[in-house]
Amino acid sequence: MGAGHGHRLHFHGHSVVHRAPAHLKVLALLAFVLVVVATPRDWYAAYAVHLAVLVGVIVAARVPFGYLLPRMVIEVPFLLFAGLIPFIAEGPRVAVPMPGGWELSLSESGLVAAWGLAVKGTLGVLASLTLAATTEPTDVLRGLQRLHVPDLLVQIMSFMVRYLDVVTGDLGRMVTAMRSRGVDPRSPRHWPALARTLGALFVRSYERGERVHLAMLSRGYDGRLPDPEPTAGAAR
Amino acid sequence: MHVPDGFLDAPTSVATGVVAAAGVGVALRKARAELDDRTAPMAGLVAAFVFAGQMINFPVGAGTSGHLLGGALAAVLVGPWTGALCISVVLLVQSLFMADGGLTALGTNITLMAIVGAFVGYAVFRLVLAVLPRRAGSVPVAAAAGAFVSVPTAAAVFTLLFAIGGTADVATGKVLAAMVGWHVVIGIGEAIVTGLVVSAVIASRPDLVHGARGLATRAPLVTSEAAA
Repeated sequence: MGAGHGHRLHFHGHSVVHRAPAHLKVLALLAFVLVVVATPRDWYAAYAVHLAVLVGVIVAARVPFGYLLPRMVIEVPFLLFAGLIPFIAEGPRVAVPMPGGWELSLSESGLVAAWGLAVKGTLGVLASLTLAATTEPTDVLRGLQRLHVPDLLVQIMSFMVRYLDVVTGDLGRMVTAMRSRGVDPRSPRHWPALARTLGALFVRSYERGERVHLAMLSRGYDGRLPDPEPTAGAAR
Repeated sequence: MHVPDGFLDAPTSVATGVVAAAGVGVALRKARAELDDRTAPMAGLVAAFVFAGQMINFPVGAGTSGHLLGGALAAVLVGPWTGALCISVVLLVQSLFMADGGLTALGTNITLMAIVGAFVGYAVFRLVLAVLPRRAGSVPVAAAAGAFVSVPTAAAVFTLLFAIGGTADVATGKVLAAMVGWHVVIGIGEAIVTGLVVSAVIASRPDLVHGARGLATRAPLVTSEAAA
């Protein structure tokens, strides 16, 4: 598909974590985040243990933190929300002295809640990033298959992943064409032009799906995909 | 606005996970009944389209930006079941491959954006379409109405979940007012873009728009294939 190995979050490597079976990694991630979410937020020591486990895995995976940290910005809107909670939550308030001689009145339970949201969300994002950085998409899909996720669902996901770069590339070229004609897709003034672009993108994607289906039929598709090759990353 | 891990407590996350799994299971069967063996490539490509559409950010004000959620749009374009399925797949891929939205919150995200988003959007779309004149031109208006209602409704359902399994001691009324108020603004943008996109597709390929079935104004093209 013109695109190289992996995807935008994958960090190429050959560590133990990279080589571990994908279905075990998905299960481990699910178990880890469930434990994190279920940990009472005032068990501060437990979070240190969670973080230590996660950091251990990342170190074993030899994925640099400088690679993972910038990708955590995805979480920023929720950190902002968490930051608001101490101001709006109920319960007894504490006064936090601020530089300049004034005091900030914050909800005590809100502070604890904000800490809980921030730490759980951050651990979750970092753990998910670690899975994405160490596992090729095809391996994740194969792992889901082994976990008995419905076959049709895995097939749909695999088509989405396979054609994602094609469709986003299509859109990218259309947006470039719009910009070169003086249209700013972000501005509401130009929403009609943007909407026509998205409409065209939908028609193109839908028709591409029809062509892909016909091509599959001509190769003997009968509603089931052949078992993927046993080796990861083999040429298709 | 993907809910991350830890926003809702574990029992609520598991419960929404069960709801989402059941919803996706039914959607798989219904989409299969509609698309037959075209399901995998078609739903996959529509999911890729929804993902691409979500990449365009709009400034919402106060330095933040929002993007198209696409639940109502997908429901009107490809039908509510396939639409909900496509949005679910987008959320699954975002959660597993892009760390966008927590894995434990996946059920919540699918319930809110795929199930509530697509079905509330589609129900309102059908209701509005029923009272408008039976013309292809009514479809984008009805789609916009569906999109406008679906976004604050999803926000209200989130507030309900937050009241049940929220991890912060915030008055439900405050959360409801903030969430719904904010999402009414987002809903206006969603409605305008949804209506315009549906209208653009109807202008070029009215036959592709699920919600416009039976309303296509062009005379059918008789071909040897159709006659056979």
